[in-house]
Amino acid sequence: MLKGMTRLFFRVHKLDPGHFLHIGTQVPQSLAAHLDNQVSIESLRPISRTSENDPAKHEEQHEGQHYNLPLQDMKTIFPHGLPPRFVMQVKTFNEACLMVRKPALELLHHLKNTNFAHPAVRYVLYGEKGTGKTLSLCHIIHFCAKQDWLILHIPDAHLWVKNCRDLLQSTYNKQRFDQPLEASFWLKNFKTANERFLSQIKIQEKYVWNKRESTEKGSPLGEIVEQGMTRVRNATDAVGIVLKELKRQSSLGIFHLLVAVDGVNALWGRTTLKREDKSPVAPEELALIYNLRKMVKNDWEGFDALDPFIPILVSNYNPKEFESCMQYYLENNWLQHEKAHTEEGKKELLFLSNANPGQLERLCAYL
Amino acid sequence: MGSLELRDTPLASNVSLELHPTHVLTDPLAPAQSPGPAPPPSCPARKMAVSSVSCGRVRSCRLFLGVRVSLAPRQALWKASTIELQTVSRCQILRLRHTTVVTTKKNVAALRRETYTVDFIKKQIEEFNIGKRHLANMMGEDPETLTQVDIDDTYGKLLNVEKHKNQLQAKDLFSEKAKTKDLIGSRWLIKEELEEMLVEKLSDQDYVQFIQLLERLLAVPGGATGEEFVQRFRRSVTVQSNKQLIEPVQHDKQGRAFSTSHGKRKSAKAEAVVYECGSGGIQVNGMDYLLYFPVTQDREQLMFPFHFLDRLGKHDVTCTVSGGGRSAQAGAIRLAMARALCSFVTEEEVEWMRQAGLLTTDPRVRERKKPGQEGARRKFTWKKR
Repeated sequence: MLKGMTRLFFRVHKLDPGHFLHIGTQVPQSLAAHLDNQVSIESLRPISRTSENDPAKHEEQHEGQHYNLPLQDMKTIFPHGLPPRFVMQVKTFNEACLMVRKPALELLHHLKNTNFAHPAVRYVLYGEKGTGKTLSLCHIIHFCAKQDWLILHIPDAHLWVKNCRDLLQSTYNKQRFDQPLEASFWLKNFKTANERFLSQIKIQEKYVWNKRESTEKGSPLGEIVEQGMTRVRNATDAVGIVLKELKRQSSLGIFHLLVAVDGVNALWGRTTLKREDKSPVAPEELALIYNLRKMVKNDWEGFDALDPFIPILVSNYNPKEFESCMQYYLENNWLQHEKAHTEEGKKELLFLSNANPGQLERLCAYL
Repeated sequence: MGSLELRDTPLASNVSLELHPTHVLTDPLAPAQSPGPAPPPSCPARKMAVSSVSCGRVRSCRLFLGVRVSLAPRQALWKASTIELQTVSRCQILRLRHTTVVTTKKNVAALRRETYTVDFIKKQIEEFNIGKRHLANMMGEDPETLTQVDIDDTYGKLLNVEKHKNQLQAKDLFSEKAKTKDLIGSRWLIKEELEEMLVEKLSDQDYVQFIQLLERLLAVPGGATGEEFVQRFRRSVTVQSNKQLIEPVQHDKQGRAFSTSHGKRKSAKAEAVVYECGSGGIQVNGMDYLLYFPVTQDREQLMFPFHFLDRLGKHDVTCTVSGGGRSAQAGAIRLAMARALCSFVTEEEVEWMRQAGLLTTDPRVRERKKPGQEGARRKFTWKKR
C-alpha cells in the first residue's frame, strides 16, 4: 500500500533534427558557470540554490540544490500536475523551487541519451510514501517541456478510479462507463499544456459523434479536444481518440511524446465505484482506464525487443539533500522556532522525519 | 500583659484583672501623671501602649458607673461597692500605671451596658489565681509564695526573650548542621513502634503531638544536647538508591558492541537491541520506524531517550514489539531502549535518566469496568425520574 508508482515513457523514433537538438536554452550560462565555480570553492557553506534554471543542464554537481521554476512556465506546463502541498508552498514562498535529486538526474540522463530509433522505453519511479516521486516526475516534465515535447500528463490516475460522481454508459461501447467530468477536466488541461501541437497534429480517421456531428479526417487534433470540452457527454470518447491518435502518430516522428502517469497502480487496482445495483466496477469497464491501459501497454510498434520497464527508486533524502532542504526553509524564513537553526534542532528533525521529504515538510509546517 | 497590681488586701482580691481594650484608649504621647490618692473617675490617666491593664481605680470607676446605673435597686450591694471604692482609693500604688479613659459619649454608653456582677468579679479573681499558680509551676517556684515581684520579673523576662536569644546566638550555641545530618536518613517511629516502646496505648492525637514536640525540641537553638534523647525515637532508613540493573554489553560476530533489554507498557512488550556505533536508524519488527509509527507523537517518544542523552545520531536500534496499541508500543520501546542505553552511559547519566522517568515502567493499566457503571468511572446517565 505504501509503495506508489509513477510511470512515464516516451516515444522515440526518427525525428526532425530540428527537434532533436537541444534548442531553447535560455540565458547563456557563462555567468552561471562562474558562479558554479565559486560554489565549488566555498563548499563549506551549504548551498541550497543553484542559478541553473534549465533542467537540461542539470548535472551531478547540482545534486541537492534547488532551482527556480518561473511561475509563467508553471501555469502552462503544470495546469494540474503538482501535488497540492507543493502548490501551497509555492503560493506561500511566491516562488517554485524544485530540488535536483539523483533519480531525476538519472532519468534525465537516460532521456538525453535516448535513441529515438528504438521503440519507446518505460520507466517506473517507485518508492515509499513521501519520498518525492511526483516532484521528480514534475522535474522531468519540465525538462521535456523545455525540449518541446508533447506531454501527456495524467496527474493522478487514482482520481479517475475513485469518488466519481456520475458514470454514464458509454455511447461507444455499451459495456463500458464514461466519466464526463474527469475527462473534460483533463482535456482542458491538456489543451493548456500543449497548445501548439493541437493545430499541428492531424487526425487520420473520421469520427462520428452522433447523427449531427462528426469530425473529418485531416482536421487538427484541436477540434477533437474542443468537441470533447463542449460536448461533455462525449468527453471520454474524445480522450480515447486523442490517445489513439497520438500513439499512432508518434511513430511518424513529428514530435516527441512523453506519457507521464502518476499513480499508475490505479490502472490495475480496484475501483471504489459501483453500479446502480451496488456491484463493483472493474477498472477495465471504465473507458478512460481502458484507453490509458492501451497507451501504457507495450504493444507499440517495435516494442518486443525491449524490457517492460526500467525501475528507478526514489528514496529519502541523503544528508546533503537534507541540509539543503533545511537551508532552503531557513532562507525563506519558514522555520520560526529558535532551535531550528541549531545543530540539535536539525538532528531532532532528522530523527523525527527520518529524512523523508514529505514528513519533513509536514513537520516544518508547524515550526 | 502588663504588671499586675495586686495587693494583699481583701479588696484587691476582689478586684479582677481584666483587659478591656475597647473601653480604654491609649494616648502614648501624653505625659505621665503622678498618681493621686483618689483621682476622680473622670480624670484621664496614662496607659502603656503595649499593655492594656485595668487599674484598680479604673475598675472601680467602671464599677462605680456600672453599679450606679444598673444596680441601683440593690441597696446593699451598692453600699458594698461604695465601701470598696473608698478603700481602694486609699491604697498606695507602687507601680505607675495610668490609663486614659476618654469619656466620649460612645464610651460612656458602652460602659453603661457592661454590668459587672459580683459573681463575675469573683470568677475573674479565681481565674487569676489559677493563672498565678500555673506561672509558678512553669517557673519552678512555689505557688504559695509567689509575689508580685516575681511575677513582674517573669514577664519582664518574657518580654526580653528576643534580647536573650541574641545573647545566646552571640555565645554561639547554635549548631544546626549536625541536626540536619541526623535527620536525613532516618524517620520518626511510627505509632505502633512508639506504643511498643512506651508500653502504653496512644491515641492518634497524642502521637501527633509527641512528634511535633520532638521536632520543636530539635528546632530550639542549642538543642544539640537533646539530640541523643531525640535519636532514641528515630529509626534509620536505608537509602533506596534504585540501583538500575545495568545490562552487560555484548559483542556480536563483527565485533560491534550492542546491548539488549526489555520494556513493557500497558499490554505491549518490547525488546530492543541497541548497537553502539550507528547512524541513528531504528528498525521496528523489520520495518522502518517512519513506516511503523506514522504518527509524529510516537516517534517523539522514541526520540526522547536519545535526545535526553544528546546521542541522536549515534546508535542503531533493532527492536521487536507486540501487543498493546500504538501509543503503548511506542512507550514500551522507549523503555526498552532507555534500559539498553544504560550500559553505554555513565552512572551519573543513568541517575539522571531515572530521575527523568525514562527507566521506570509505567504502572498505569486499564482500569476494570465496574458493574452498575458504564465504564471504569463513567456512570450511566442520571435520570431524575
